[in-house]
Amino acid sequence: MIKRREKVARPDLSVEVCGIKMKNPVMPASGTFGYGEEYAPYLDLNNLGAIVTKGLSLNPKAGNPTPRICETVSGMLNAIGLQNVGIDVFLKHKMPFLESFNAPVIVNFFGNTLEEYAEVAARLDAIPGVAGLEMNISCPNVKHGGIVFGTDPQSATDVISAVRKRTKKPVIVKLTPNVTDIRVMAKAAEDAGADALSLINTITGMSVDIRKRKPRLANTIGGLSGPAIRPIAVRLTHQVVQAVKIPVIGIGGIACAEDALEFLIVGATAVQVGTANFVDPTAMEKIVSGLEDFCIEQGIADIKELIGTLEV
Amino acid sequence: MKNLKTVVLSNQEISPGYFRMRILAPDYTKISKPGQFVMFRVQRSMPPLLRRPFGIFRTGFMPADCETMPPKEFVEIIYKVVGSGTEIMQGLQQGAQVELLGPLGRGFEAGDPAEEKILVGGGIGLVPLYMLAESLVEKSQVRLLMGGRTRDDIITVTEFERLGVETYVSTEDGSLGEQGLVTKVLETRLAQKPKATIFACGPMPMLEAVHHICQAHKIPLQVSLEALMACGVGACLGCVVKGAGHTEENPSYLCTCKTGPVFKSHLIDWGKAVAKEKTETGGCK
Repeated sequence: MIKRREKVARPDLSVEVCGIKMKNPVMPASGTFGYGEEYAPYLDLNNLGAIVTKGLSLNPKAGNPTPRICETVSGMLNAIGLQNVGIDVFLKHKMPFLESFNAPVIVNFFGNTLEEYAEVAARLDAIPGVAGLEMNISCPNVKHGGIVFGTDPQSATDVISAVRKRTKKPVIVKLTPNVTDIRVMAKAAEDAGADALSLINTITGMSVDIRKRKPRLANTIGGLSGPAIRPIAVRLTHQVVQAVKIPVIGIGGIACAEDALEFLIVGATAVQVGTANFVDPTAMEKIVSGLEDFCIEQGIADIKELIGTLEV
Repeated sequence: MKNLKTVVLSNQEISPGYFRMRILAPDYTKISKPGQFVMFRVQRSMPPLLRRPFGIFRTGFMPADCETMPPKEFVEIIYKVVGSGTEIMQGLQQGAQVELLGPLGRGFEAGDPAEEKILVGGGIGLVPLYMLAESLVEKSQVRLLMGGRTRDDIITVTEFERLGVETYVSTEDGSLGEQGLVTKVLETRLAQKPKATIFACGPMPMLEAVHHICQAHKIPLQVSLEALMACGVGACLGCVVKGAGHTEENPSYLCTCKTGPVFKSHLIDWGKAVAKEKTETGGCK
């Protein structure tokens, strides 16, 4: 039985993730929100807990051939190929716009080699407006037979340690779900110096055009996102929260406040919203107001009281 | 650019498999430019998950239900039923709750009014050319070359005629107008060496052929492209096309939703341009 307290006028939605203070626990998932400017006409970026950029690399990246996306049941597959303008263009042309808002800016980045990761981290470390770094470790290490950093504990440890040495800013490591036991990777990341974890990245998937007998993505394999993956993401978040001491940001198919609450209750400190932004550009604002309504309804004065309250 | 929760005003089949939907859209007559599109959310629940892009056919006002109310401002889209999203759409009735994001993208550039304007439409690709024709007829001579596989694919031509556009119809099976491809009609017209600008929208093979014809005649061409899209605002980068000069070593991708959907044709790599996919769009996205 939920104990109802007195009416709460305006609940405190603020959270803090590894030193990054957020007015609410809702932020975009990297790659679904461009560099912020694309969605600025539709929602007030000041209303977000944080802004998370599209994944950036040392050099600009052109991305994959087309088709790059296809819709599946309650989800979509994508193989965009991490197309981005590169760190230099980002810092010069995109960052000033993001700095004009009062939401902290978290820059997502990746590399093809350990050295590239370290170099990008060092450059971001010098930028005062960058509140934190989110490392995408779901990329292949081109110098080591293309093994994905995030699927091998030693590779993950090496790359996170290398980044850790080059920045004092908070480092959030974004985990891939495409592993046998995500807790092993989560612990490796924590031990290597990650300040927080975010999960999950997309789940690899594939879809076939049966008439052409061809994959529906030019890249054959893509990443599945959207509501279809949410139960998997909730389960993995639940498992990781049990395994580590650092804060966790939950991601995966969140489309409404109820979805976000599942992640918070299992123990995520904050959440990221991805595919839902495509469906409704105001989805994140609606989720924030939905969280507020839920707290009022439940008599919760501070959303932090809700985090990790799962009863099993 | 607006994100509207709105309603369907009407939804009618205008030719087998082709539907015209009118949607309540305040301000659209002021803010829409020829060649722009909308991201349409078929219903507020799932499926489908993603919005669908549709070219704007036209905008306008219609009388309100009672005299004391102001006229209703609307946007019209025309779509062909090709997949799960458009199948749901064909069942939508007046009053159905939908969402509309737009108008989006870069539209057509009118160019020199003294030049003849030739519009080339293939099937559902005709859609974004109507508003363009509306905007051009006052100052320029406008011709429409409309092609389809069969007579069912020839839609709304009489509406172009009412604007004062001279229309030429061709079908591959000869069931209406001249038999053959619309590109043949274009070649015939260009043989008279008019000083013209050409605007085209239709399937990729048609656009590719039109591009090569225009190159040969040194006539400028603007094309409106169609692509699978998730966001429509330049964030997902799912809708790119290969730009001119694209190579595997030095790739160049242009965002259809943001840089396009209308492109000057010399900026596109027509070699292996885009996936020749049948997408769920009415008009050229």
